[in-house]
Amino acid sequence: MPLETKHLLAIKNLSSQDINTILETADSLQEVSTRDIKKVPTLRGRTIVNLFLEPSTRTRTSFELAAKRLSADTVGISKSSSAVIKGESLKDTAKTLGAYNVDAVVIRHPAPGAAAYLADYMDASIINAGDGAHEHPTQALLDLFTANQHLGSLKGKKIAIIGDIYHSRVARSNILAFSKMGAKVLVVGPPGLIPKEVEKMGAQVSYDFDEVIPEVDIIYMLRIQLERQQQNLFLSVREYVKRYGLNSKRLARAKDCVVVMHPGPMNRGIEISAEVADMAKNLVTDQVSSGVAVRMAVLYLLVGGVSGLG
Amino acid sequence: MSKSLLLNEEQLDRALTRISHEILERNSGAKNIVLIGLQSRGVFLAKRLASKIINIEKIEVPVGSLDIGLYRDDISTGGAKELKKTEIGFDITDKSVVLVDDVLFTGRTIRAAMDALIDYGRPSQVQLAVLVDRGHRELPIRPDYIGKNIPTSLAQKVEVKLKEENNEDSVYLGEDA
Repeated sequence: MPLETKHLLAIKNLSSQDINTILETADSLQEVSTRDIKKVPTLRGRTIVNLFLEPSTRTRTSFELAAKRLSADTVGISKSSSAVIKGESLKDTAKTLGAYNVDAVVIRHPAPGAAAYLADYMDASIINAGDGAHEHPTQALLDLFTANQHLGSLKGKKIAIIGDIYHSRVARSNILAFSKMGAKVLVVGPPGLIPKEVEKMGAQVSYDFDEVIPEVDIIYMLRIQLERQQQNLFLSVREYVKRYGLNSKRLARAKDCVVVMHPGPMNRGIEISAEVADMAKNLVTDQVSSGVAVRMAVLYLLVGGVSGLG
Repeated sequence: MSKSLLLNEEQLDRALTRISHEILERNSGAKNIVLIGLQSRGVFLAKRLASKIINIEKIEVPVGSLDIGLYRDDISTGGAKELKKTEIGFDITDKSVVLVDDVLFTGRTIRAAMDALIDYGRPSQVQLAVLVDRGHRELPIRPDYIGKNIPTSLAQKVEVKLKEENNEDSVYLGEDA
């Protein structure tokens, strides 16, 4: 039953079977976090490095908790505290970590392809926790897990992903992930923020949120990355809120059973109104708790087998 | 591969009936008992014991399920195994927990199950009920309730089939090819 893959680098090259294995394992592991003693001995003696060369709160925290709840030892490395700031190349970082005999490296890096690069130079399992605007596979897996729990099967369901698709690794991973699970994916946003490639990835494009909202089962709001909007791709924030923000008036036109998702952190009052942010159909806190279960599953499946594999 | 029938449906049912009486006798009734079945066949057996206890004693004993995958001692020698659900929807502290499994062999599964249980609470006692004891223990573990003792060689295989998943109730002894 173990995964066909040794690394988790991207949803793109993950089989549907592996996705299902991860989701089913997460379903069994979720229970551990509800116990008084939130720890099982499964990964005792395994070492996991969290190499975070870009800021992150929830991804890093949940990987850390996932590893600790499985009894693995964790070492955290961030940009400011590492030799990277002294100019060490990723290749040398890989060789150094390899010399410590670690079992897995979770990497967040600003450059697309950084995780795959690391995998070329290390024996450990590499888990991509976000590489530039490329992919963020564990986010997509936890989103599938959360959506699955609320909607049952995703087959034939419609998801709209709204916002800055261009800069979003979350969008890329989710377009691929939801398509692989048989859902229909719509991407919605201002023309300048939707790259051509999304149609090739299997998503349908719309520039009109109001038009698509009545037909979807999942509304997935992306965070507007204000720090990335210097280029003229973007309309004014006011205009954006008017056309693409999710408020209760707009939400009232959606199906009764619709669910709202957001990868966090939410910009209240921009892509999502404070009122919608606090509604019960907003699954954002479920996404956070699913994050721990899904990451536990990934670590268990990748690191829980024979040490060093092969 | 030749295989011989060790228990048929009737014999298997009688064994479970006897075990449920023994559990009640040993614990002076059903009041403080909880049954926890080991995934997956132990869970079916635990449910059957619970329904027999209702018939005898008119008391519903709680039934939980336990997957020992996270507590295995062979994680570093085998691959990551499939995990099934652990659902213990009640407090086990100060209860008499009866672990239920289909076949008792090396005892390693039961060792893992006891480790897991302790993470959920502090039972006043842990007892063990098995449908078949085939011997070859590798740890100091012994069952409290046994459906049938079957002396086996290591090359033989004990195969338990239950209606919940195989649409027959029977136990076979087969020679491993």
